[in-house]
Amino acid sequence: MTVEFSHVEKRYPGQADPAIRDLSFTVPAGEVCVLVGPSGCGKTTAMRLVNRMIDLTGGDILLDGASVKGRETAQLRRGIGYVIQQVGLFPHETVADNIATVPKLLGWDRGRVAARVGELLELVGLEEDMRRRYPAQLSGGQRQRVGVARALAADPPLMLMDEPFGAIDPITRARLQDEFLRLQTEIRKTVLFVTHDIDEAIKMGDRIAVLRRGGELAQFATPQELLMHPADEFVESFVGADRALKRLALTRVRDLDLPAPMPQQERDGRPRVADDAPLRDALAQILQSGGAAAIVVDAAGREHGLITIDLIARSLESPR
Amino acid sequence: MIIADTVIPDFGGGAGSCVRENKGICWNWVSDNWGGVLWPAVKQHVVLTAIAVVIGFALAFALALLAHRHRKLESPITVTTGVLYTIPSLALFQILVGFSFLGLNRLTVEIALVSYTLLILFRNTLTGLRDVPEDVREAAEGMGLTPRQILTKVELPLALPAIIAGLRIATVTVISLATVAAFIDDEGLGSPIFRAIQSNVFKTELFAAGFLAVALALLADATLVLAQRAVTPWARRQRA
Repeated sequence: MTVEFSHVEKRYPGQADPAIRDLSFTVPAGEVCVLVGPSGCGKTTAMRLVNRMIDLTGGDILLDGASVKGRETAQLRRGIGYVIQQVGLFPHETVADNIATVPKLLGWDRGRVAARVGELLELVGLEEDMRRRYPAQLSGGQRQRVGVARALAADPPLMLMDEPFGAIDPITRARLQDEFLRLQTEIRKTVLFVTHDIDEAIKMGDRIAVLRRGGELAQFATPQELLMHPADEFVESFVGADRALKRLALTRVRDLDLPAPMPQQERDGRPRVADDAPLRDALAQILQSGGAAAIVVDAAGREHGLITIDLIARSLESPR
Repeated sequence: MIIADTVIPDFGGGAGSCVRENKGICWNWVSDNWGGVLWPAVKQHVVLTAIAVVIGFALAFALALLAHRHRKLESPITVTTGVLYTIPSLALFQILVGFSFLGLNRLTVEIALVSYTLLILFRNTLTGLRDVPEDVREAAEGMGLTPRQILTKVELPLALPAIIAGLRIATVTVISLATVAAFIDDEGLGSPIFRAIQSNVFKTELFAAGFLAVALALLADATLVLAQRAVTPWARRQRA
């Protein structure tokens, strides 16, 4: 499902400045678009305009070409997955009943609902015996997985995710992010993902919409473009002074052309880096070792060549 | 109101020495009068209480739903039910008897009892509905539940512990107040209590009826606790 924001505006009565002004961008089907910006930039508002939790006051939002205006809100929302930071699981319902919320609203029969719940538990990596637990009996990470499963239950083509991993400890957050990206390669949903964390935006987004205060679009670009060519000073400072390092995080060691097998004497005492590690990690390991190069090995332990600081630096010169 | 000195003491049952001396609890009076006095009074008391709590709950529940939807109504309803709650019970009974269409009957008693349940039941129900976490409500809305579905499938189930807590207080309050109601309508456990007071404070009957009222309150409370556990399994697991 493509999502097109077309000159979207949101004004609240009694406020001089609009919360969102002239917001236009298009998210192609199957891509993750991250809305990112400082607090008060209207990113959550923009997201909530899509499922009409908030109604827009100007412009339009088109889902596969069809305007959200005038659509019956309950109907519209049942076709869009919705995940929020605090998850909002129903405390009085079991995990299975929580996940089954939208399918039940859509009138699926019991057998189909039960089968779908099983499928989703597996998809998000939860044990089958979690079915009968109540939310209070789950960890934060488990709750968020149930939240994602619940949003995916009726297989909506579009997902809205508002800081979905924001309230989770950093280690679990990184794991949930990785799992979601893996999941996304399978399910290929169009995703609008809100975060205030530029690192999360770069990691999760196929495209990133950077908003500034007042609900204006500062830049709409892929992570690479955003890091290489920030549109203005605001984006540049929001992206951070370490944007070169952030770009290194986007490229994996095996994506570089590594020089052919090296002579024996150069290999002694060199650190070994995995070929699927990001360049940023490889650079860190090389610096840590005090040298200028590391040996690249694959998962099976085979050596694939030598990676040098010089090679890493040169990778920043040309966009991939 | 107590007119003991004009009446020849009539201690109800037989004229055993224990009853004549009125020194302690006369168990033979209790067993002699169980079927004729005490048990019928208990049954009347249960009926008086049940009617008051059921009607009170129906009214308070409807008012709470109204105030939940229209915030502006909360203050007027709270003030009105609050005033009803604070009128001294004896005064309220006296005021109600003064209305010509009412009289010394059960209707008058129930009006008074119901008026005492409203504040507690209204406030607890409304608080229960309001205390549903915002994220839960937002998720429900975002998934496409209609306002009615949010009320019936999310807010009311989550408000159950608060609603039942209100019912417990209201029930115990009504059981206790209903004894005073015998002042205008001669039924329930208040009836033997009043009679005992008017009969030179006949201790056996006073204590027996008083004890039964307390026991009834405890039993009703325990029943409601069990009912709450049964309908809110999620709340129990939470604590476990």
